[in-house]
Amino acid sequence: MSALTKKDFVSDQDVRWCPGCGDYAILSQVQKVLPELGIPRERFVFISGIGCSSRFPYYVNTYGFHSIHGRAPAIATGLKATRPELSVWVVTGDGDALSIGGNHLIHVLRRNLDLNILLFNNKIYGLTKGQYSPTSEVGKVTKSTPFGSLDHPFDPIALALGADASFVARSVDVETRHLQEIIRRAHDHKGTSFVEILQNCNVFNDGAFGDMTEKATKADHTLVLEHGKPLVFGKNRDRGIRLRDFQPEVVQLGNGVTEADLLVHDEHNPALAYLIARLGPPSFPTPIGVFSSVVRPCYEEGLAAQVAAARERSAPDLAALLNRGDTWIVP
Amino acid sequence: MADGTATGSKPVERRDAVVIRFAGDSGDGMQVTGAQFTTETALAGNDLATLPDFPAEIRAPAGTLAGVSAFQLNFSSREIFTPGDDLDVLVAMNPAALKVNLGDLKPGGILIVDHEGFTEQNLKKADYETNPLSDGSLARYQVFPVDVTKLTTAALKDLGLSARAVFRCRNFFCLGLTSWLYHRPIEPAEKWIRDKFKKTPELIEANVRSLRAGYNFAETTELFAVSYEVQPAAIAPGRYRNITGNTATALGLVAAARKAGRPLFLGSYPITPASDVLHELSGLKQYEVYTFQAEDEIAGVGSALGAAFGGAIAVTTTSGPGMNLKAETMGLACAVELPLVIIDIQRAGPSTGMPTKTEQADLLMAMYGRHGEAPLPILAAATPADCFATAFEAVRIAVKYMTPVILLTDGYLANGAEPWLIPDPAALPDVPVRFRTDPSGFYPYLRDETTLGRPWVIPGTPGLEHRIGGLEKEYLTGNVSYAPANHEQMIRVRTRKIAGIVREIAPTEVFGALEGDLLMLGWGSTYGVLREATRQLEAAGHRVAHVHLRHLNPLPADLGDILGRYRRVLVPEMNLGQLLRLVRAEYLIDAIGFNKIQGRPFKVSEVAARCLKLLDGRGGEDRPA
Repeated sequence: MSALTKKDFVSDQDVRWCPGCGDYAILSQVQKVLPELGIPRERFVFISGIGCSSRFPYYVNTYGFHSIHGRAPAIATGLKATRPELSVWVVTGDGDALSIGGNHLIHVLRRNLDLNILLFNNKIYGLTKGQYSPTSEVGKVTKSTPFGSLDHPFDPIALALGADASFVARSVDVETRHLQEIIRRAHDHKGTSFVEILQNCNVFNDGAFGDMTEKATKADHTLVLEHGKPLVFGKNRDRGIRLRDFQPEVVQLGNGVTEADLLVHDEHNPALAYLIARLGPPSFPTPIGVFSSVVRPCYEEGLAAQVAAARERSAPDLAALLNRGDTWIVP
Repeated sequence: MADGTATGSKPVERRDAVVIRFAGDSGDGMQVTGAQFTTETALAGNDLATLPDFPAEIRAPAGTLAGVSAFQLNFSSREIFTPGDDLDVLVAMNPAALKVNLGDLKPGGILIVDHEGFTEQNLKKADYETNPLSDGSLARYQVFPVDVTKLTTAALKDLGLSARAVFRCRNFFCLGLTSWLYHRPIEPAEKWIRDKFKKTPELIEANVRSLRAGYNFAETTELFAVSYEVQPAAIAPGRYRNITGNTATALGLVAAARKAGRPLFLGSYPITPASDVLHELSGLKQYEVYTFQAEDEIAGVGSALGAAFGGAIAVTTTSGPGMNLKAETMGLACAVELPLVIIDIQRAGPSTGMPTKTEQADLLMAMYGRHGEAPLPILAAATPADCFATAFEAVRIAVKYMTPVILLTDGYLANGAEPWLIPDPAALPDVPVRFRTDPSGFYPYLRDETTLGRPWVIPGTPGLEHRIGGLEKEYLTGNVSYAPANHEQMIRVRTRKIAGIVREIAPTEVFGALEGDLLMLGWGSTYGVLREATRQLEAAGHRVAHVHLRHLNPLPADLGDILGRYRRVLVPEMNLGQLLRLVRAEYLIDAIGFNKIQGRPFKVSEVAARCLKLLDGRGGEDRPA
């Protein structure tokens, strides 16, 4: 097999997102990472639901399935359960995964099939032209909420951790290198990998993550998580997160406060992941990186093992099956 | 000795057919009693049909009318088609069971009751003001009050069981008793008990003793002066087993998947009366059966569609309410043209309706219940055993035509049972599956010239990477297209593809007169009743016939001609006239309906009476409601 390149993963379809959409950057990083994973192109399958993000499979030259609103995890589950050798990716958005498809999302996470879920979170409904989404902030004024939205938003990371996802991470559309690394790690993780990608919708919700993407503010508003490293952030890397009386707080390093006083990130500690997941504006920077990565059995492996064990116990004999139980002969 | 053959010195009377119903509290084990009596009867060589009838509540308050559970069995020395209209024998374990079921007992019929169950408290729960056993209200029946509880207790007294455990053995006492009365062998029930309770030997002893005690009691007591013999029926030779519709459905799916050489995937969410198919398939993993209990109905069908994309024989099972939820995914499956079998085991609706009761009111939903022009083939099984062949056929058509297929059965078929002539796997039709692997000239929507099916290309095939989805596709390439003419072309080709399935349908079998005064057109579980009614009417000299449809979409090519050969066409259905609307629209004939929507099957006598009225030139007014 000749080495694959990014070009091999570009389909012949015209990409039809709005100019300036964050989805372009995500598509590009995915297309960059795929050839590096050592998997033949025909083994990749991208499955999506409905929404701007869900057009993604058309643009990747692999097998793809653009399905219906919210149901991609269910379709991916049936495929992966019967074809474990495939590398299955679910591409979804905040409306698709957290609103209409919320039930499927939590269940796929708890079952832990070896899938990769990329959730593009732009905190707005783009394809239907600008209604608030389940991640929109309270008070959001949109076409459907002219007086401000009343809904308390979901935090996708906290939700995924609550559903016992075995791999939970967050990245940002324009953080190309970080995003590539997270995509790679999601692929490498055995089990359902949940990746929230903060994505700018420049038409209906421009600048939703501006603090994290503008050069001037990003360092103070972003907390980059690294396994085994203290939670440090800021332009001069002089601020950190400390735990006092079970309450996280932002502290200035110096004046007797050292990195040794800060929380140290541990991807294998779900309790810590819950705590870090609750950090964010206005009092805290937004964490990005891998919140949690734990090893749990995969559903499809268990299923395959049951099928194999059953075959070991008794050979599949159709005649025997049909003749099972009490039978009698009419002469 | 209860060896199943001795009948002592009492006189024996011969019967052609017997309809017996066991009724009691839902905790009394009447379904077990009925199922065991069925097995005994099958082994005795009779033709038979069964009708279980149980409440939706797992344990309604004991002794109440709501908690009554019953199992009806018709067995005969000739071919029979239904569980029977009226009862020859009713076994009632308490006053509530008597009250609910007595109306179906023939005058002069045998009524066996647990005498001790008729306490003041139980009478009150069943709204009896006086005890029917002593107030003379049962005078037109042969009443046999038996002290079932006392006799069971006596038989088990040295076992040291609790009163409650003893009470739960009463059903086997009744089975023993009725087995003697109708010369059924009790060994199969003993075998079943030994198997069922192998982890609790004391319960083996208790239940076997109860069974034998009941048998011996009937033989020795003066209460029963005669016993009855029902000769074996003359049925086609071969090896038989007794089978319910749900088991037959499960086996049909497995057989088709084995014939296709592909794994079987079932995505399903538990729902009455469909869950038994999930249970059955879950235990058959050695046949490469993957079962997935999904988080909801939508994920059930969604996961199945995903498995179909991957090359499995994919199935989802449900009942009416779940069918509603699957509609959107069925539309997607229609658009992406992947094989998928959707099984709706119909129950009484709308909404939750009567989950344990049967109905045929989902036909028009199956036909039209999707947005857009989304035609799907529809098959319906006629009898419990026919579920095997129909499920098999649904799979065969799905993979041949690359289409979702809807299979309709119902609660009556699902739980009802009949003897099944076990087929030889080698004699079953082939289910050829060919995945495309050749990249040259490949397009995702390149169609087979005959079937119009598109190629089945599974992920993992090098060089054939492609995308499918719910957006309208360009005719050949499958690329997203909003072109006006292309949309119409795609709608028409998908519709033509489904219409072309007509070539799979064998010439329609007409039972009865090939032309005449009246044709009964049916589908689904009314088969037995319509056939028996036709037989009776023919025997009485009427020019009547019965046609029963397995294929509801498309309809058989010869159906229009056949319908035209009769003066009247009557369409009996357990709905308000759904097939009726289809045939009136399709053939522009003035067919009329006969409708019963009570959660229970038609009785032969009801159908026959309706036909006679029509044959007399009356009652032609029942157009669709």
